[in-house]
Amino acid sequence: MIEERFDAIVVGAGMAGNAAALSMARQGMKVLQLERGEYPGSKNVQGAILYADMMEKLIPEFREEAPLERHLVEQRFWMMDDRSHVGMHYRSDDFNEERPNRYTIIRAQFDKWFSSKVREAGATVLCETTVTELVRDERERIVGVRTDRRDGEIHADVVVLAEGVNGLLGTRAGLRARPTPGNVALAVKEMHFLPRETIEARFNLKGEEGVVIEAAGTISRGMTGMGFIYANKECISLGIGCLVADFQRTGQTPYGLLDQFKRHPSVLPLLAGSEVKEYSAHLIPEGGYKSIPQLYGEGWVVVGDAAQLNNAVHREGSNLAMTSGRIAAEAIGLVKSRGEPMTATNLSLYKKMLDESFVIKDLKKYKDLPPLMHTHSRNFFLTYPQLISKAMQNFVRVDGTPKIEKEKATLRSFVKARSWTGLFGDACRFARAWR
Amino acid sequence: MDAEPSVRVEDKLYYNRYLVDVGRPHVKVRAHTTPSSELVALLKACPARCYELSDEGRVEVTVDGCIECGTCRVIAEPTGDIQWSYPRGGYGVLFKFG
Repeated sequence: MIEERFDAIVVGAGMAGNAAALSMARQGMKVLQLERGEYPGSKNVQGAILYADMMEKLIPEFREEAPLERHLVEQRFWMMDDRSHVGMHYRSDDFNEERPNRYTIIRAQFDKWFSSKVREAGATVLCETTVTELVRDERERIVGVRTDRRDGEIHADVVVLAEGVNGLLGTRAGLRARPTPGNVALAVKEMHFLPRETIEARFNLKGEEGVVIEAAGTISRGMTGMGFIYANKECISLGIGCLVADFQRTGQTPYGLLDQFKRHPSVLPLLAGSEVKEYSAHLIPEGGYKSIPQLYGEGWVVVGDAAQLNNAVHREGSNLAMTSGRIAAEAIGLVKSRGEPMTATNLSLYKKMLDESFVIKDLKKYKDLPPLMHTHSRNFFLTYPQLISKAMQNFVRVDGTPKIEKEKATLRSFVKARSWTGLFGDACRFARAWR
Repeated sequence: MDAEPSVRVEDKLYYNRYLVDVGRPHVKVRAHTTPSSELVALLKACPARCYELSDEGRVEVTVDGCIECGTCRVIAEPTGDIQWSYPRGGYGVLFKFG
């Protein structure tokens, strides 16, 4: 047994765990961080986009040091049917600013760097160590962890569970429910390598500029899901994810969807000649506000994906993770500075502070959207994309049909597919959930 | 769209690096004669195609190519059909990019 006692143990070295460990170490706390990967980052999977504002709050000078890929100057939304896409693109030179707002990153590389800052701040980071169990005292308080190392019981005043979406510890200990097929999505991703100049030419980029494409429509075959294409320096991250319950119900395969997405006529030319160097998969919390579990208890807090903190509408997760990790660390620091114990009552400060942040406010705003998208997936991900594509083709194709007849045909196709009540109901439901 | 050609998942997994913990699989399937609907779902839902149907009609798992996403845990752990743990520290998939 490690005889030393720590102020805090952080389980996991992803965005939430690193933010928590860094913030606590900087407050002078004695921190142990445990990570099961060979190095911090080797088990971490994300698209990935880094949000500068939240990163700056942790490491203001990160731009000079961190391995960043491209700063984003353009966002494309594609609504796809089998042969087309209807796009909305936003590109602005404003994003070519001194301190850009969003970056593409490669998580294994970024997290390794992030972890080096955690060590510099004074935390002890122990890799290749899987935490197997939480240790409780006779009063059922969490007082430490057990690991798969020999004699691996370690004690601390508080345990920060940053164990990710599929974290076993908290669920096994009954601190929160296991994710359900209805509140997590499975995403699969490939890394496609191409020469830098090729990527810049294909995506209309210069220098360090980057672009992301978020895609929805028939690519998910009626399931609740989205595809994404992110331009990195010398590779493209391409993936697609759908709700696990939908995979289970339909028998669609994740790699089948991925390959269909890659062969879509709008995507294929972007990837031509690329060399794939990795295939990964990850779960994404999709349940939103209503799936957030109990966030604190006697001797513990939970942060990041493990707490289902993911904004499915804006595709934001890593920023919620690092913010929740930082806020948890600040709350713990405040309790400690008062010389008080890490009881549930005292740690409720974490939830109070998180409630006041954008993290919970944003999730609350969209609390009804995930259920709507999950129960009406065929309409939102299949029928409407097909109708809109048909409407656009009807609009742009010049074939001698009078425009008034074209408009009538488009309207008829919508009413036929969804009926007036259906269209009205969908619009109302969507507006209400978005509000 | 064209008919889907068969996707070879084995080829995809070949890109990845693994350190296999020989003899200590981190996922186990409960012994059964007829697989439950949850186990059958894993044949398609697992992104690394770790689950296969044996000649006797049972669902079997080979974890060597597992990318540790947890999908099978979410689907089949609640029914007791599988036991799921993380690999021992340092073992399993080693992402270069993630």
